[in-house]
Amino acid sequence: MSETTPAPTPTRSSPPTLIQVFIAFAVISLSGFGGVLYWSRRMMVEERKWLTAEEFNEAYALCNFLPGPNIVNFSVVFGRQIAGTLGALVALVGLLGPPFLIVTFFGVLYAYYGTIDSLQRMFAGVAAAAAGLTLSTSVKMLQPLLKDRFGTSHVMALAAFAGVGVLRWPIYWVLGLLIPLSIMLAWWARR
Amino acid sequence: MKADNGILLTLAVNFALMSLFAIGGANAALPEMHRLAVEVMHWMTDQQFANMFAIAQVTPGPNVIIVTLIGYHVAGFSGALVTTLAMCGPTCVFAFFVGGLWERFKDARWRVVIQAGVVPVSLGLIAASGLVIARAAAQHWVAVAVTVVTFAVTYRLRINPLWIFAAAALLGLAGAI
Repeated sequence: MSETTPAPTPTRSSPPTLIQVFIAFAVISLSGFGGVLYWSRRMMVEERKWLTAEEFNEAYALCNFLPGPNIVNFSVVFGRQIAGTLGALVALVGLLGPPFLIVTFFGVLYAYYGTIDSLQRMFAGVAAAAAGLTLSTSVKMLQPLLKDRFGTSHVMALAAFAGVGVLRWPIYWVLGLLIPLSIMLAWWARR
Repeated sequence: MKADNGILLTLAVNFALMSLFAIGGANAALPEMHRLAVEVMHWMTDQQFANMFAIAQVTPGPNVIIVTLIGYHVAGFSGALVTTLAMCGPTCVFAFFVGGLWERFKDARWRVVIQAGVVPVSLGLIAASGLVIARAAAQHWVAVAVTVVTFAVTYRLRINPLWIFAAAALLGLAGAI
């Protein structure tokens, strides 16, 4: 599959080497508490200038839309553009390797000490706060939809929310029904 | 915990399948992770699930690493590895091949229609994940209050969430929750 390379712009520097890609994603990963979007943009666009702001937005919009963890997809798409399969692998290992080791270490600690009463209480506090953060992020993401006039998109979003969040049906049934239906409705609206 | 092949296969199949339905990021799969780990398989309690979510949030790195913790809890180190690979592998292959294709048809009508259809469903999923995790964490009325206050503060202000996590941990340590 050949890549259409956009004309170089003044805001972009020369392509990075594999080592640079690995280090960049490891640094992005380790600086990103509670999500890594902010750090990946800062590194890719502002500091290293490997991508222009538009290129970053396009790549990120694509990865938001693909199934699976966004930033993981982003590392694959970016790494592939730089150096094909090897580039994708290097970026991926840079992104996931360090947090994998850290969180596994935490997992070991949790298995040994997780039942200690004072730790349990601290976890209960952090879990409640993390839930609040997740809720506010979801509401922020919903805002573009909330601004639109009420229509089939709202019905589809509500149905997904009710099916998966309230009724606790398996995601497979809910999406298996709603995705084709929602695409059909979108097609119908744009006829 | 000793990892046998049956449990590793269960982890691999379930997380690989789930990842393909995680439209809108790893958090979109949280309700399904919770359903699998707490309700169907009884690998852990609501509280343990909420704890793992909390640990993943305070660990630097992408949110998806909660699956590493779940895998470790269920089947030790090999469980952690298998679950992480299952959650990231298939979608990475997908991103690798579809990435270029999707860019090439950026202005095609079918692409616009698919996107317009999928985005609202993914937003509904993300909202569902907020509800599921808030319910799992709501073990006590003070915990509910912490969730509500964190929601209000992080919604209004651009504040580093780590400060709120630290305050919530202290509140818990002090015995309020």
